[in-house]
This record gives sequence, C-alpha cells and structure tokens, in this order.
Amino acid sequence: MEGATHRTYFWSGNEACAEAAIIAGCRFFAGYPISPANEIPEHLSKRLPLVDGIFMQMEDEIASIGAVMGASWTGKKAMTATSGPGFSLMQETVGWGFMTETPCVIVDVQRVGPGTGQATKCAQGDVMQARWGTHGDYATIALSPNSAQEMFELTIRAFNLAEKYRTPVILLADETIGHVREQVTVPPLDSMEIVDRKKPKTGDKAFFGLEEVAAMPAVGEGFNVAVTASTHDEYGVRFTQDPVVHRRVVERLNAKINNHADDIVEVEDYNVDDCRVGIVSFGCTSRAVYEAVERAEAEGIKAGYVRLKTIWPFPDKAVRRLAKTAERIIVPEMNLGQVSREVQRVACNSEVIPLNKIGGGELITPEEVLAKILEGGK
Amino acid sequence: MTEAFSSRKYMRDLKLPFCPGCGLFSLSDTFLRAVYELGHKDLSKFCFTSGIGCSSWIPSPYYVADSVHTLHGRSIPPATSIKLIRPDLNVVVFGGDGDIVGIGLSHFVHAARRNTDILVIMGNNMVYGMTGGQVAPTTPFKTKTATTPYGSFEYPLDAAKLAVAAGAAYSARWTTAHLSELKESIKKALQMQGFRFIEVVTHCPTAYGRRAGFKDIGEMLKYFKENVIPVHRAGKMTEDELERKIVIGEFVQRKRPTLVETVYAMIKEAKKNVDQD
Repeated sequence: MEGATHRTYFWSGNEACAEAAIIAGCRFFAGYPISPANEIPEHLSKRLPLVDGIFMQMEDEIASIGAVMGASWTGKKAMTATSGPGFSLMQETVGWGFMTETPCVIVDVQRVGPGTGQATKCAQGDVMQARWGTHGDYATIALSPNSAQEMFELTIRAFNLAEKYRTPVILLADETIGHVREQVTVPPLDSMEIVDRKKPKTGDKAFFGLEEVAAMPAVGEGFNVAVTASTHDEYGVRFTQDPVVHRRVVERLNAKINNHADDIVEVEDYNVDDCRVGIVSFGCTSRAVYEAVERAEAEGIKAGYVRLKTIWPFPDKAVRRLAKTAERIIVPEMNLGQVSREVQRVACNSEVIPLNKIGGGELITPEEVLAKILEGGK
Repeated sequence: MTEAFSSRKYMRDLKLPFCPGCGLFSLSDTFLRAVYELGHKDLSKFCFTSGIGCSSWIPSPYYVADSVHTLHGRSIPPATSIKLIRPDLNVVVFGGDGDIVGIGLSHFVHAARRNTDILVIMGNNMVYGMTGGQVAPTTPFKTKTATTPYGSFEYPLDAAKLAVAAGAAYSARWTTAHLSELKESIKKALQMQGFRFIEVVTHCPTAYGRRAGFKDIGEMLKYFKENVIPVHRAGKMTEDELERKIVIGEFVQRKRPTLVETVYAMIKEAKKNVDQD
C-alpha cells in the first residue's frame, strides 16, 4: 500500500479524506464505527501503521475524541471521523479542545437525524451542531466539501487551520460527498502547503495567551505544561472564580477565530454582482445548483450563486455582496432551515427563500432549484 | 548523601484546594514519597492526566510536571494516546471514584482489558465530594448522603475486583490509614508495565463523614483501621460478613502482553508484510 503521489485517483470522498490526512501529517486516529463515515477509519487502519502512525478503535466516541486530544498534546496531528450521533457524544470534548487550544480535525459525515434517524442516508442537519454543539461562548471553524476532490483539499486545509489557530476544526461533509466516487487529483506533494503548529522556545512558560495564538509545547519536552479547560491564565493556572481572567481567555479565544474570518472563509461564487436571483448552498446540495443556474440562464434569467466552502465562521461578506444585487436569495439545504437563517441575518433586504428537503437521503434536484428560481418570474 | 524528601520540591508554589483534614493531602504526599524513593529528583519522566473532582486536582496544576486536566470521567482516553505515542513516559492518572468508576467506568474497563500501560490511582472517598456530598457508585449501602437522606439504597461497586476481571496487570486497594503499604504499592506499580490500578479509600470529613455519622477525622481513620480485611482472608468470608468491611491488599499481579507491546508489534508486522509485497 503505497502512499498517494502526484497523479489522479478514483476515490470515494471518505478515501480521499483519509489519504489527505496522511499527507497533512496526521499520525494518530481514534474513532468508533458509525455509518456513513466508516471508510475513513477502515482506510486509516491500513495506512497509518505503514507511516509509523497509530490507529485506535476506542470504546465510544467520547473516548475517541479524548484520545485525539491527548495525541495532539504529544505534538502529533490527530483526527477522528464520525456522523451526527457520534458528533453529539463528542460535543463536551469539542469545548474542552476549544478552551485548551488543542488542534485536531473532526470529520462529521452527516446523515439523517435527529436520534438514530436514517443511519445510511444523506442529510445536512448538523450545521448548527457544528456551530453551537457545546456549551458556553465559543467560535468554531467548519468546512464543507462538495466533491471527492474537495474532501481531499479541505481535509488538508482543516489540518492547516487547526495548526495555525490551535483549535479543533470540523470537516462537515455529508453522506453523498463521503461516498461519491470521483477522480481526485493529488498535486505534486512538495507544492502543497502544510502548516505545523508554532513550537515554544526553551524557557517559554505562557502557552495560553499573551500572543493571540501561543506556541504549543508537547508533554514530555520539559515544559511542565498544565493543560486545563477550566478558566485559566496565560500560564495554565486555574482561576475558577475570577471574572477578569475568564473574560480575558474566552474573549481572546473567540477573537482569534472571528478576527481572522477573512483568512478562514473560502467561497466559490458565480455572477454575484449581476444577478436578480441568488442561491446560497453548500455540500452535496450545491451540485444541483450548478445545473439549475445554467438552465435558468438559458431561459434568460440572471442568476448567481455563493457556495460555502467554509460554513463557520459564516461567510457574511460573500453573502452580503450577493444580496446587493439579488432581490431573491434561495437557500436549498437538506434540513428544515439552518443556513437560511444565517442568510436572513446577513441579507436582510433581500427576500430569502428556504428550499428544504429531509428524509430518505433524497437529494434536492436541479429541477426543484430551477422551479424556485422561476417562481420569481423573468 | 541524597537530599531529604520534601513534597514541595515536586510542587508549584500554589495552595492546594482541599478542605482541612482531607485524605487527599496524604495520598498526594505518599505518591510523591514513592516517586522520591524510586530515585526521581523531579517529575520530568512523568505525564499526568486527570478528570474532574477533588482527586483529579492532585496533579493539576500543583505538580511541576506535564499535566492534562480533562473532562469529568475522561482522563483515561488521553492517557492512552499519550502513552502510545510516548512509551518512554510514566503516564499516571489521578481521579476520584465518581470520575473513574462512575461517569468514566467504560474507559476504566476497556483500559484494563487492553492492558494499557498506565497507572490509575483512584482516591475513593465514597461520595461526590466536590459537588457537595451526593451518593456515589461506591457509597456503602444505607449511608446517608446529600441525595440519600434516608440512607443509600444501592450496593456499591468493587472497583479493585472489577479491574481484575477486566484484565488489569496490577490491582490493589489501601486506605489513608495504611500509607506505608500504599507507598510500597505505588513503588511496585510504577515499576511494572500494563494497566495498574490502585484504589485508596480516603477520608472525606467534609462531604462524607459528617453525614455518614463520623464525628471527626480520627473516627474515620479508626473505622478504616478496624474494618479492613486482608484480601487473602476475604475469599473465605461470606457476603454478609464482608458488608461494610474494606478489603485491602493486592488483588492481582500478573504479566500479560500490554497495549504498547501489541500496538508496536502490529506496526512492525504490517510494515514487514508490505516490504515483502
């Protein structure tokens, strides 16, 4: 089993994610079986030992994400992969990772919920779970791929952002993108940007602040690092009563993500400055939008779109730009309205039209998007 | 001549958070004495993980060492990955009974099953102390606590025995009235491989003792001294005879392939097979 090299492969999204993780430098994976994410751990259980990495199947998702956090504190890049129910179980530790500034990647291959729902069927219902799943005031980074190629690219980007901002990053895929089998081109490996966390110098002591993103030591390097998700000062010492210390740490942690939204946010857009009707979409749903817009244009309707490659922080600027010209903004998504509310918040002068579909993994079709476009007339 | 023992040499200059008279002062001190007697001048060869609860505060941030203070019940999974990636470190988990065998029970059982190379030291005060003295899975039957005002109506879990059944390499139980035995046990465990578990029944005068009917710490320690049964004698006693007794001693000491050994053997084999392809 050779590692991926510069050529074109025929991979499922989940396989592309696993191979990308190896290229990004991931050397520890812990997970628990769950559909429709299983190809990621199965592939990594084969590949990681060959690059001296460690693969562990843990007793549950809580243990999996816990092991990932521990691995990250040894200096390794670490990942887990799951779906909605497992992601729910991991949420407390997501907050721990945010508060302790522990870089790692969490892949959520979304399926139909709530509850056990429809375990093997596609949905996009975890958008808000990715944003607000854990308690307290926090900011999150979540990326949304719409092809096997992008599963590859955004997995690497997820690791890079995690390392750069020292925070958990969520790759919010969906069942369709996890299982779609397509051509994936791996660029020349030495042309790819791989980011590694900033390491401290001997004698450094402030691993939690002073700078926006502090250098991160590993255990066993002699730094005597005290890691805690309780409110702590820049040196890791707990302050469980002091309001000033709490504001300082939590406001910095939010700012280090929110103040860099321009760096983190990526969108794909088309015709946004000259359209009467706009579409905001993400993940597998965006593939229907491409065709719908083409057909609308053939009928003489000026249509444009913004496709969210980053979902969190929300791409406010890109949606605002679209809203300047688009009188109507359609938001197709495989849930009962999650991104549409964000679009309403940003594009308050446009008419925001949700297009929702849930259950059975039935995708939103180009015809359904087109029908919504045509409802507004020419 | 080596320097005399002082726990302060291993600790940051911070005030420990425990209530006056807490048994965890003794537990921490005994652990550090064991470390000292094994010749460690500092804790640079150690990494600590802990969860949430009074016992979990022993290393974090008080020890001059790497310490990962995790969520309630979740200290063992990060300890597992840290040990796998850094087999050269002594990975020691500190936790209470609620943390290790209440909310975190499944990690405890699976770490013992895997024979994960970590030492888990559980301060068992038989109650949820930090939250104010609520009933725990280790509270003796018919004990009054903050949430069992009429006496607890569940039977407690025997964690040391459970560790044996699940596959631990070493399992022992002592009390805070048996500190020299505890110290020797910690020294022995620190020199072994695999999953090692030491339960320390500890006196908690504030959250446990005053509701459970002990008038002071002396009475609790006296109870510990007078009600312990050595493990080799306990086997011959009935369940009724053992009720409200504390069985102490070494429950198991054995050699089984450890997780570090089996993981690295698998990696070696996988790479060899690929070379032959």
